[in-house]
This record gives sequence, structure tokens and C-alpha cells, in this order.
Amino acid sequence: MSKDRWLALAPPIASLVFAFVVSSIVLAISGANPFVAFGNVFEYGVRLNTLVETINWSTPLYLSGVAVAIGFRMNLFNIGVEGQYVLAAFIAAQVGSQLDLPPVLHVSAIILTAMLIGALWAGLSGWMKVTRNVHEVISTIMLNSIAVGGVVSYLLGVWDVPDDTSLDTALAPIPESGWFPDLNFLVGGNTRSDLWGFVLVAVVVGVAYHYLINRTRLGYDLRASGANASAAEASGVDPKRTVVMAMVLSGLVAGLVGLPELLGDSHTYSLRFTQGLGFAGIAVALIGRNHAAGIAVGALLFGWLSRASGILEVRGDAPREIVAIIQGVIILSVVIAYSIAERYRRIEAAKAAAAAIGEER
Amino acid sequence: MPDPAVLLEGVTKRFPGVVANDQVNLRVESGEIHALCGENGAGKSTLMKILYGMQKADEGRMVVNGAEVDFDSPTEAIDAGIGMVHQHFMLADNFTVLENIILGAEPATNGVIDFDEARDHIQSVGREYGLDVHPDELVEHLEVGERQRVEIIKVLFRGAKILILDEPTAVLVPQEVEELFRNMRGLKEEGHTIIFIDHKLDEVLEIADTITVLRRGKTVATVKPEDVTAHDLAELMVGEDLPVPETSASTVTDEVVLRVRDLDVEGSDTEVALDVSDLTVHAGEIVGIAGVEGNGQAELVETILGIRHPVAGSVELLGDDITSGSVRSRREAGIGYIPEDRHRRGLLLDAPLWENAMLGHQSMNPFVKNGWWIDPEAARKATEDIIERFDVRTPGTDVPAHALSGGNQQKLIVGRELSAESRVLIAAHPTRGIDVGAQAAVWEELRSARRAGKGIILISADLEELIGLSDRLHVMLRGSLVAELDPNDVTPRELGAYMTGAKEAV
Repeated sequence: MSKDRWLALAPPIASLVFAFVVSSIVLAISGANPFVAFGNVFEYGVRLNTLVETINWSTPLYLSGVAVAIGFRMNLFNIGVEGQYVLAAFIAAQVGSQLDLPPVLHVSAIILTAMLIGALWAGLSGWMKVTRNVHEVISTIMLNSIAVGGVVSYLLGVWDVPDDTSLDTALAPIPESGWFPDLNFLVGGNTRSDLWGFVLVAVVVGVAYHYLINRTRLGYDLRASGANASAAEASGVDPKRTVVMAMVLSGLVAGLVGLPELLGDSHTYSLRFTQGLGFAGIAVALIGRNHAAGIAVGALLFGWLSRASGILEVRGDAPREIVAIIQGVIILSVVIAYSIAERYRRIEAAKAAAAAIGEER
Repeated sequence: MPDPAVLLEGVTKRFPGVVANDQVNLRVESGEIHALCGENGAGKSTLMKILYGMQKADEGRMVVNGAEVDFDSPTEAIDAGIGMVHQHFMLADNFTVLENIILGAEPATNGVIDFDEARDHIQSVGREYGLDVHPDELVEHLEVGERQRVEIIKVLFRGAKILILDEPTAVLVPQEVEELFRNMRGLKEEGHTIIFIDHKLDEVLEIADTITVLRRGKTVATVKPEDVTAHDLAELMVGEDLPVPETSASTVTDEVVLRVRDLDVEGSDTEVALDVSDLTVHAGEIVGIAGVEGNGQAELVETILGIRHPVAGSVELLGDDITSGSVRSRREAGIGYIPEDRHRRGLLLDAPLWENAMLGHQSMNPFVKNGWWIDPEAARKATEDIIERFDVRTPGTDVPAHALSGGNQQKLIVGRELSAESRVLIAAHPTRGIDVGAQAAVWEELRSARRAGKGIILISADLEELIGLSDRLHVMLRGSLVAELDPNDVTPRELGAYMTGAKEAV
């Protein structure tokens, strides 16, 4: 294995090992036998149904991670993925339930609606940043509250809902023509959970993200702004336009985050709709170092941990919150490990450059 | 004979791939002003960092006032009476002079800072050495020379008897240099020892009692100023003839490539307002702009580039009014830019060289493919050409820019801007912080760009460079061009007088 690849892989692996050691200690303190507990988790975690669920739940985590990463690439901290996807999923669910279209068009309309809402909500932060100098962290936090609070209020019937369903906690369901087809045939078709087809969209998004960032002029401008805003400006990158652009792109992807669940499982937006995926995406992007493939690894890891850990409670080993500890330790140690690897890489690069000069002297 | 203040014997410091100091010997007598000369990269700064405890020598011994020392940190060096004023000032802009001076050495009673005592002490230190600064002034309001005095007082406040000054004159105009030299003589009379790094040879000859010359990490000579000429010193430093900035026969044409007219740009607390009536650059001409830093040069450059927008007036490129154009449209229309601060404006330090080689040209050939895409292969190829033509020392096109030395980073930027098919080049301090060899290469490239018919605006703090390269010289003061001079009959001294406003255009 090449040195570069080793430097890229060592930090996450080391962090993972470290996280398991720390959680084992926590488990031991809480009175459980860590070997038994983790044994159960691994045994349960490799079951086909758990793996299907892992893929299902990694999908929104991945989309969320990519949405956050687009912002990170130009030093924008889009904390607002949470509000963007909640609002997008809610409105898309509403729109989807009202439409009567043939299958492919119906799903496409819902997806486009969600992306549009996500982009608008994120673009609002970008617009406030460039016109009113409001920091995106502040505006996205506020917009999160407005989106999530607004959606919950609506569902709780605080607003008068005209069709007299104000005591219901869910919107009208989306008809079957607006469901995303499952991929159950891939896993034999007899698992308890469906394999959501939306994972394919996530793959497309990942590939598009990779090429957009690394191979297009727009991606270069975004990265240049993130790496050195002053230099980018002098090179002809319009800082304001780029900020809005990055927020809109981030929002487009953020709008998709709620759709795997909406189109693959719940088919309606209710109070039980999953929240918190936007914040989880920040961690996933961090672990993946904003790289398309890295984010996939982070998403699969977090997806698997959250699914496989369910067994802890079932078997009475420990509360599943132990997983939150594992995730927290992974995030912290991965950040530290990356910075150590980065320092090492810098020293190596300086050595190589010095050697290049030395040879010619 | 008393013990020398500083005695270094056989000091060796290796960095990966380079020996920065190779068996260096240095003897500084107590109470003298000792100059340390040498090209950039000769190992002067490394040696001083070792003496100041910022770095540890791999070999050799250090003796300070007769006692052998081995510093692990600057704190220990300060305790031994050594203080250092760095080339880049380490002051907090939003603190007062007083707060900056006591920072890290606050006189306190029961954990409460005793500002009055500190103020008294600073004023007495200032009076004693003729170092005059107001303790309650905010540092951001001070001139460069005053900031330097604050740094010196800061060091004296901590009880230093041996002062290390790293290129103290690099940022000063001639008049400020004289002030600094007066202060240095005053300190010497009070019994302080001063070691200072400089590569302006006439200054060294004027102020130093003893001169030690380093070349490629080795001590090559220790001489008395009365025994040598500037020419001798230069030869000792480079081991060969010193290159000089000079242009050959005029290549100025009638074609106006850039014209700035009646420019009015608003200022602010930190930015200088501009009022420039006419600045014209012809094809094949180098127009020099002299001025004390902070007199609107940066604002002028930003206005020409399109980062800053004027309230009134116009910028014309090749006869076209580009006043309302974006930065990108201007760069595509042919404005090249060598920024004064390469790390801030010129490079993506963590990005590979090939990405840096396209910065500022990312929307142009050969870096673009089919409109929307960038072309990494073409960019790598273009980078290789720059590396080859401009002698950038690097292991390859994929190493990050931060791995390169300052001189090589600068050569990459100069190469990038000169390879592009621009008609106008704005070169702000193009040779700042690079060694003599690289400096000569940059000068040569500017000259050949001039021959090729580009119009060049040259902004520099190096007056000899300005006078040597320019076809015409403007002096910038408080946002206006106050004098136009012929570089053929102006001396650095005169230029300095115009720059400070002591002399006005007739």
C-alpha cells in the first residue's frame, strides 16, 4: 500500500479502534460486559436485515454529509441542513399527496420540489450573508428553528387546518405512484425491511459532487474561495456570487435528505418523521473529510452503528445511547488523528521540496 | 579583555535536506553593534533563532557573557538578557502601546495589572534611550517606524542587554532608518549589545562596529567596516558579482495600455481614500510607484483589478473603459497581477502547484475544457513549463504550495503571471522576501516582459529596484500621486524625501 493511501486510511481506523476502547470502558463502568455487548452488536450487525437497514439509513446521512461538505469546501458552515430537509420533506410530502401523476413523473415532481425548497431555504442564508453580512451559522440556526418549529406547529394543529384534520399528526399520504421503487430483488426479496431504492439517487449525487468540485470551473472557484478567499477574489472569483451559489447547491442536496424515508417508507410527513439527520451530516462530512468516497464511509459507519446498536437494548446489555458515546469519540478522535496525519504529510512535503533544492545546488 | 557578549562555536543546524548552519562561529563583543550579513537562505535567521532559543542547534556551543548556555525556549534566552525584534512585528493591533509592551510580562499586584507602574517604567525606558512613543496610543494607529520602536521597548522592558534585530531596516524609508540608527547608537552608549541582520550594505557599513558574513550556512568572514567596501561585502555574500536592477534601452511605445483618470475612491478607518488624477502606462513601459507603505498603493491596485470600486473616475484597458467590469472580466481582458503578499492574495497554500498555476487564469486557456470543465492535464503541463522556464525548485507539480520556499513560491507566481498573455502587469513588491538569485531572475523576467511590449506597474519598497527598473516614477502619498520623477536623475535619498512629504514636487 502506498504511503499516501496509508496516511489517508490510518486516522479513521485508529479513531475507530480508540472509540471502541473508550466505549468498552464506559460499558464496563456501567456494569455490562463489553465483550458480550459488542459481540451481540456484531452478531446482530451482520444479519442481512440489519445491513439492509444500514444502507437505508446511510442514504440520508450521505446526502446530508454531501450537503454540509459543499458548504465546508468554501468555508461556509451550513448548519441549516436540518431545517432545509425538514421543510423540504414536509412541503414535498404535501405537494406529493395532492398530485395525481404517472409514477416516474410523480416521484420526479416530489424530488424537484424538495430540492427547490432546500435550495430556497439555504439560499436565504446565503442572501442574508452577502447583502446584510449575517453570518451563515446564525442565520441557518434561526432558519432551522423556524422550519422545524413551523412544521411541528402545523402538524400539531396550532394553525387552523381547513380540512378539519387538525387533530391528526400527519399529512395526507402520498399515493403509490409517488413511491420510489424498492430494490428488494437485490437481497432476495425476503428481508423484513425494504431496501430503499433512493440509495441510487445518493450514488448519483455523490458522483456529481465529486466531478463538480474537482473538475468544473465552478468547483475550482468554490474550492479556491474556501482555501483562500482573498486570493480567490484577486483571481476573479466573485465572492458574493460564490457564497450564494455554494449555499444554493448545498440546499439542493439538503432538500433530498428526507426523501429516502418519505418515498421509501413513510409516504407521509408526520410527527414521527426522523429528525437530526442534518446535524448528523456535519459529523459525517467531518469524518469523510468532504470527499465523496470518505463521506460514504462515514455515512455507512454511522448508519450501521445506529442500526446494529438496537440490539443492546433488546438484550438488556446497555442503553443504546452508548452508541452516541461511540459516535462522539469517533468524531473527536478522527479530527485529532487527521490533524496529526496532516502535520506529518506537511513535514514530508517540505522534506521532498528541500531535497529538490539540495539536488540542484 | 572582557568576555564577549555572545560566542558561538561550531553551531550546526540541519533541516531535512538542507544544512542551515554549518559549523558557524560568531563572536560578538560586549557593547558593540554587530551586523550579520548574507543572502536570504544563508542561515542568518536560523542562527539568531538558535541564539534566541526558538530552535535548538544540532551541534556546537553557545556562550553568553562568559557562561555556557543551552536554551530550550525564548523564555530562557530572555532570562539570560537576550531579546529579539522580529522582522514581522508581533504586536496586537487593537491593543495600546502599553498593553503590547507588558503583554506576557505584566507587572501585577495580587493578580491585578499595575498599569500606572508599567506606564512610568515604559516612559522612563523610552526617555533613557530616546525612544519616543505614547503609551496609550493604539498600535493600529502607529507608523511602521513607531511600531518598531514599540518592539524594541518591549524587549528592553523585559531586561534585555543583548538585542537581536532581524532586518530592522527592511520596512523603513531612509529617514526612518536614520532615526533607528540614532536609537541603536543610543542603546550602545547605554552599554547594550546589538546584533542585527541586514543585507543593505551601505547601511551595514554606516552603523556596524563589526560585520560577520554568512554564505550558504557557513561563516565566510568577520571584518571591520573600515577595512572593506560595499563591493567587497557583496562579493563575500554571494561569492560572485552582485546582480543589479537595471533596464536596458527604452522600449516605451506610444500605445497606451492602461489609463487611470480622475479616480476617486472612498476610504475608511483602515483604508486610504484615493484621489488619482492621471496614471498612464504605455506598452513596453515600467511605471514605478514609490511610497511609504499604506499610502494607498494597495487600494490603487485593488481599484485597477476591480476588487474595489471608485465613486468617480475611470480605468481604461487598451482604450476600453473597464471601470464597471468584474475582476474576472478584467483578468480575461489582460491584467496580470503579482500580489504584494503572496500568501494572502497569490496562493492556495494547501493546493497542489498545478492548481496554483491556474489561479487567476482558471477561466482561460489552456486550463478550461469545453467551457465548464477544468483540464488538470493541461494545467500540469503548463505548470511544468513554468517550473522549467522560471527555475522553480520543486519535486513536482502535485506538491502543495506550502512545501516550497518563499523564493520558489514567488517564482511560481511571477511565472504564472508572465506566461499568461496579459498586456498589463501589476507587480507589487515582486522581489520581497526572496534571495538575491531569485531577485535577479525576477528582474530579468520583468525586463523581458517589458521588451515583449507589456505595460508594467511596479510597486516596491526597495528604492534601488524602483529607480533601476522603472522608465518613469510616481510618488504616492496619502492616496494621491504627488510627484512624477525621472529615475535617471533621482537618488534614493531624494525619493525618500518625496515619499515622506518632506519634499514636494515643483
